[in-house]
Amino acid sequence: MKKQYFINANIIDPHNSINENGGLIIGEGGKIEAIGKKVNTNNLPTREKPTDLKGKYIFPGIVDMRVFVGEPGYEYKENFRTLSNAALSGGVTSVVTMPNTDPIIDNVSIVDFLKRRGRDKSKINIFPCASLTQNTDGTNMTEFGLLAKKGIIAFTDGVKTIQNTRLMSRIMNSAKDLGCLVMQHAEDYDLAKNGMINSGIIATKLGLSSIPDIAERIIIERDLTLLEKTKCRYHISQLSAGKSVDIIKERKQNVKFTCGVSINNLSLNENDIGDFRTFLKLSPPLRREEDREALVQGLKDKTIDVIVSDHKPEDEESKRLTFAQAATGASGIETLLSLSLELFHNGSVKLETIIQALTSNPAKILNINKGNLSIGNDADFCIVDINKPWIVKKENLISKSKNTSIEDKKLQGKVTNTFVKGMELFKI
Amino acid sequence: MAIKTNKAIKISKKHLLGIQDLSVNDINYILDESEAFIKLNQSKNKKIDVLRGKTQINLFFEPSTRTQSSFELAGKRLGADVMSMNMGNSAIKKGETLIDTAMTLNAMHPDIIVIRHQDSGACNLLSQKVNCVVLNAGDGRREHPTQALLDALTIRNRKKKIQGLKIAICGDILHSRVARSNIYLLTMLGAEVNIVAPSNLMPKEIEKFGVNTFTDMKKGLKDCDIVMMLRLQNERMTSSYLSSNREYYEYYGLTPDKLDHAKSDALIMHPGPMNRGIEIDTRLADDINKSVIKEQVELGVAVRMACLKIFCE
Repeated sequence: MKKQYFINANIIDPHNSINENGGLIIGEGGKIEAIGKKVNTNNLPTREKPTDLKGKYIFPGIVDMRVFVGEPGYEYKENFRTLSNAALSGGVTSVVTMPNTDPIIDNVSIVDFLKRRGRDKSKINIFPCASLTQNTDGTNMTEFGLLAKKGIIAFTDGVKTIQNTRLMSRIMNSAKDLGCLVMQHAEDYDLAKNGMINSGIIATKLGLSSIPDIAERIIIERDLTLLEKTKCRYHISQLSAGKSVDIIKERKQNVKFTCGVSINNLSLNENDIGDFRTFLKLSPPLRREEDREALVQGLKDKTIDVIVSDHKPEDEESKRLTFAQAATGASGIETLLSLSLELFHNGSVKLETIIQALTSNPAKILNINKGNLSIGNDADFCIVDINKPWIVKKENLISKSKNTSIEDKKLQGKVTNTFVKGMELFKI
Repeated sequence: MAIKTNKAIKISKKHLLGIQDLSVNDINYILDESEAFIKLNQSKNKKIDVLRGKTQINLFFEPSTRTQSSFELAGKRLGADVMSMNMGNSAIKKGETLIDTAMTLNAMHPDIIVIRHQDSGACNLLSQKVNCVVLNAGDGRREHPTQALLDALTIRNRKKKIQGLKIAICGDILHSRVARSNIYLLTMLGAEVNIVAPSNLMPKEIEKFGVNTFTDMKKGLKDCDIVMMLRLQNERMTSSYLSSNREYYEYYGLTPDKLDHAKSDALIMHPGPMNRGIEIDTRLADDINKSVIKEQVELGVAVRMACLKIFCE
């Protein structure tokens, strides 16, 4: 690989507190050699022809902590190849994949298969999660230690929640002993039973069973109470309710833990469901506008650490059904960054805070050396035209499944180039 | 018998999916048109030919006695060819989706599909996929528009007006599409609506529809002109909403002592089928001076004839 030079870019790298106009040099091995304002035409050898980015932005490659891939078992929804192409178009260079496949990622033998497939078919960095319990049935723990040795960086039951308090307490003990990260999808099953959307006037009007926000709060409060005793690495996958943000803000003063939010819950509310739009059947559900505003505020004041896409590809047949029968989830990895930038363009959140929640924060929680532009590291980054307007069209999506929650939405800001280990793998 | 039509007025919607979609004019138009059919249904020759040559398919995914037979009779009396499909024996059982069933039927060029489905919004989905008119005969817990229209016609016939009346809707509101459609219609036409239910069967934020809510039935019935009872939908109850039927009857069953709190000339309504001794005292249900339950069924045919005619034109 030839050495590459970029100049005149706005570089934001929250990990290294870089937020300045400058350049980037990538060495022949695909590693970052130099970065920042020192890299400019005055310091470059005259024989080299640098790429002038004319004020476009350079961000570290996005680390998406919540992604569903259909492999193994649901390859018709998404496989590693289609996922990585979709991710690259959105500036995502590392993903954490959920274990809810068929079979479930719950034992050492399947991890080898996953790593091999991930390596052979994917161009981005794949970090698979394993389940907390065998077959995600919420009764017996998986082998955290052995799985971690095989390269599993986090444990979660993905779309499911550990309901049994005693088991949760034991999971935390084991995770503490072995230094493993536990990620919880917070939802009390009994309160959420058969629920599809937020409790309130929309659910009453549409005649749909609902999921009250306390279903989230009860699990969060239970887990944080357990965590006070057993201080393991603990992360709440996604928040959806304003009340949850208040609790987390308060509890973070005493206990160490982290939490995330889906870009869907930051950008949409329950009114968007309109006339039974099944693409907006999500978990956790979209809630009131006040909840959305509280989540944005939580991101702004750093109560919320991470933004995820909650990318859940579903084929057309799973969505062309009545709301009750339709599958849950939306495809979102391609639009994660552009939709996040909406919060910057409308003045809600600082750009650096958004990028931090997409890059250095998830990397830090996961304890991986990604999401930064440190010298000597893999050159995983994206170049972004932060003002470029575009419209989300189903037919233009790269993911195998087209179930976007924001069809026809006008966005501002688009990834123009994505690099992994110094190789340009996406370009428009 | 000649049927007068008011040609000047047109319905604002293509499909009848819910009362929510209708305007006050639409509702009054349907009720006015229904009047003529009441007389037709009482006469010796009940058949006319306004829908001759039209095909009506009744697509019932949930068991139904009165609504299905009412729609079937309505279509036949208007001269349409009516086919009622028992979905229990259909390809749905073999794994076909609602949309595929709809597309199959659509290819046979029906003019009207009447659908009842256990999922809220099923009729909306169907209406997006077929070329013909869709009439909703009940979807999940969302809407049952023809039931609300026939209730309104019954009230209007007896009380000569709806505006200004005080109407109590009591019972299992949470699972009831009849309650929702009636709330929309009655508030639109200017009635004051009281909702009476235990908290476990009261939908969230229902008061935002402009109704008063009560957990005490006696307070909710005070000075009401109409007491509308709903069926306890045990088949939709997945977990413990109530302790027992006998306690429910004690607190929320319509009994003479509770009815005493309503006006002395108050009418009792029930969309059927009734659980006698659970939500209503059997003597009250059959009290010919107070109960209009049979009249509701009778006018149901007239209302459905009006809907078929109006939406099919």
